[in-house]
Order: sequence, then structure tokens, then C-alpha cells
Amino acid sequence: MFKKFISKSRAKSPWIMHFDGGSCNGCDIEVLACLTPLYDVERFGIVNVGNPKHADVLLVTGTINHRNAKVLRNIYDQMPDPKGVIAIGACGLSGGIFRECYNVLGGVDKVIPVDVYVPGCPAKPEAIIDGVVAALGKFEGLKG
Amino acid sequence: MKTLILIILGIVVAPFLGGLIAGLDRKITARFQSRFGPPIVQPFFDVAKLFGKVKVVNNFWQVFCAWIYVIAAALSVGLFFAQSDLLLIFFVQAIGAVFLVMGALSTPSPYSQVGAQRELIQILTYEPLIILVFVSIYLVTGSFRIDEILQYSQPLMHKLPLMFIVLGYALTIKLRKSPFDFSTSHHAHQELVKGVLTEFSGPYLGLIEIAHWYETILILGICALFWHTSFIGMVILLVTTYLAEILIDNTMARMTWRWMLGYVWSIGLAMSFVNLIWLYAG
Ligand code: SF4
Repeated sequence: MFKKFISKSRAKSPWIMHFDGGSCNGCDIEVLACLTPLYDVERFGIVNVGNPKHADVLLVTGTINHRNAKVLRNIYDQMPDPKGVIAIGACGLSGGIFRECYNVLGGVDKVIPVDVYVPGCPAKPEAIIDGVVAALGKFEGLKG
Repeated sequence: MKTLILIILGIVVAPFLGGLIAGLDRKITARFQSRFGPPIVQPFFDVAKLFGKVKVVNNFWQVFCAWIYVIAAALSVGLFFAQSDLLLIFFVQAIGAVFLVMGALSTPSPYSQVGAQRELIQILTYEPLIILVFVSIYLVTGSFRIDEILQYSQPLMHKLPLMFIVLGYALTIKLRKSPFDFSTSHHAHQELVKGVLTEFSGPYLGLIEIAHWYETILILGICALFWHTSFIGMVILLVTTYLAEILIDNTMARMTWRWMLGYVWSIGLAMSFVNLIWLYAG
């Protein structure tokens, strides 16, 4: 029973952490818009934490380049399992308009495994919330 | 036998009450910000989820400290329900508070270190005030034992109104609410990341959360002593105190620790003196 409650709680309380690669800031403000009273993701138990050790879901916006790949990897490794990764925006998916740049590696999945892709340039807040909900599907499948 | 039952009752019931209060707190805060807010049982989901996470520890000391913190908090609430000695309760909860700081100090992370230093300053700020409150309760009722305090014929509030405000300061610091949330912050996106709690993760963070619920109940219980004569009066007092606490949390910005130390000590000591002089001269 306790295990069931734990696995239910995972879906009820995803703490998100936001990592900004080389974003144009378009997707970032959309992520932050989710936290404002208009969208109010806290009603789903989502809390924006600044500490990878407390986070369950990592939101990555922007391109991943040779510089920040190490940082992203490091943050990802610090998050205790079970965890999910969501790539946001065209940049996070593939590199977007910066794809051809000499320093850009491409999407987030070049560095860490990604569970959910949220397309858009910028991604809409509704789509980001949908993405988090889809990532929770992964947690629900887990046994406590 | 009765005492043992009361202790167990306290240890079992207190975290549920504390969790509900924390949930209500978040809900009311959300309403203040014209949001809908999470469900009231949200803190239980959070803690259950934390217990389900993989254990990541830096060293053994951290685990030990988290356990001592929660055990001390539970024990102090148990002793409170068993109507034991106020001073004993005070020392037990102080041990817990110090172990939390030691756990944070045991890791090299700068956030954790700074948070621990600030937590120490917070402890330094509120502990003398709590002692003053206990001493003034003693001066009025002639006893540190809760069962004897409960025998007192009129509400302590009549004699010690200013001491209640002093206790309110201690409550705000202990709950780590603005403007006194130096060592950590509820929504950890500020300069400290999460302060003392930075290096605690997964189940150990959950333990600390539970200990925090115990502490909330303990301090609210001490507040309740100020209107022990009628149950309704007690409930009204607690509800207004906690609502005021949430209001202050939402309207105040964080200041520096120097400001906290100077402000809380000067106001707290001044109020205590005025109250005690009034008690004797009046
Ligand atoms: S996807 Fe578009 S809006 Fe988002 S960071 Fe890239 S360029 Fe900016």
C-alpha cells in the first residue's frame, strides 16, 4: 500500500529544474510563464527548484554546445533517480536555427537521454505543461 | 501508562497535523497570489515521493544527522503531549536543531556551508527568546511542568501578552518564513539555492520535512499554552497566529542576518522586560 502511494505521489509532485543552454530566452520565458498565476503549475504539485538534488524533472531549453554539454551532464548526474528529461523548443530538439553553428552539438539528446520532446519556437506554456504530464507517465510505470 | 499513550499519540498525530498545516499554508499563500494552489494533502505527496527516490549521500554523518533531527523533533513533541517539563522539551529540540546544522556543515558545498552558518545565527536568535518565554511562564504559574501550567486558573495571555508576540517572532524564525528565511527558502530559487537543505536529498530530505512538521506542532503547542483555559479560545488563538504568520510571510522581503539579530533581540528583549516589569509592578 505504501509503495502504491509512493508511485502515485511521484506523479503528483514533480519538482522541476530548468536548465538554459544557449537559448534565445524565448523558451525560457515560456517556462517561467508556466509558474505565473496565469498557468499556475503549482496546482499540480509542480515546484520550481534550483537544486538538481531535489529535482525530478529537468527542463532543458536552448541549444547544447561544446561548452555547456559538460554542465548539463553534470546536472543530470546529480539528480537522484527516478528522473525525467524534457527537451523544449526547436533548439532543444535539434539545435533549431542554430543547428549549423560551428559550436553547436545539436539537440539535448546528444548529451543525455531525453524522455519527452516539446516542439515549438518558442514552445507554448500549454505544450510545456503537457510535456511534464507526459514525462510523469514514465514515473507512473515505475514500481515504488 | 497514560503518559506513554500520550507520547505515542503525540508522535503519531503530530506529523499529520503538521503536514495538513503545511498544505493549508501553501493553499492560502496561493490564494493570496490569486492562484489556485496545490491540494491540501500536497506535502504528503511530496514526502512520499522523496521516500521513493534513490538515496544519494555524501557521507554517513549526513544520514546520522537527519535521523537525529527527526528523532529529537518527534521526541520533543511526544514530551509536550505527555505534559512534561518545558525546559526538557526545549533542550531536546535544541539538540535536533544543532544536528541539522552539523549535517549541513559536514559537506563541502558552499551553499550548504553558508546555509548552515545562517541557520546557526537563526538558532542563536530564537533560542534566548524561547527561554525568556518559558521563564516568564514560570514566573506566572510557578512551574515549568505543562500539567501544572494547565492547572493555572486564567489564560496566560492576560498576564503575558507581550511574551506571546516574542514567541511569535520565534515561531516565524523556526518556521523559516520571511523575513527570517535566511538559511533556506520555501521556493528554492534564490541566492542560497536551498541553504542548509542543499545537500540533503531523497529520503533524508523527506525526514527533515517530517521533522519540520513536528516543530511546527511543537511551537504552535507552546502558543496554545497561552490560552489553555478554553478550547475555543485556544483554537482561535492558533488560527489567528498562523494566519498572521502566512500574511507576514507573503508581505515581507528578506533582510540581512545582522538586521534579524539586532531587530529581534532588541524588540524581543524590550518586550520581555516591559512585560515582566508590568507583571510585578502592575
Ligand atoms: S526554440 Fe526558438 S524560442 Fe526557443 S530558444 Fe530556440 S530560438 Fe529561442
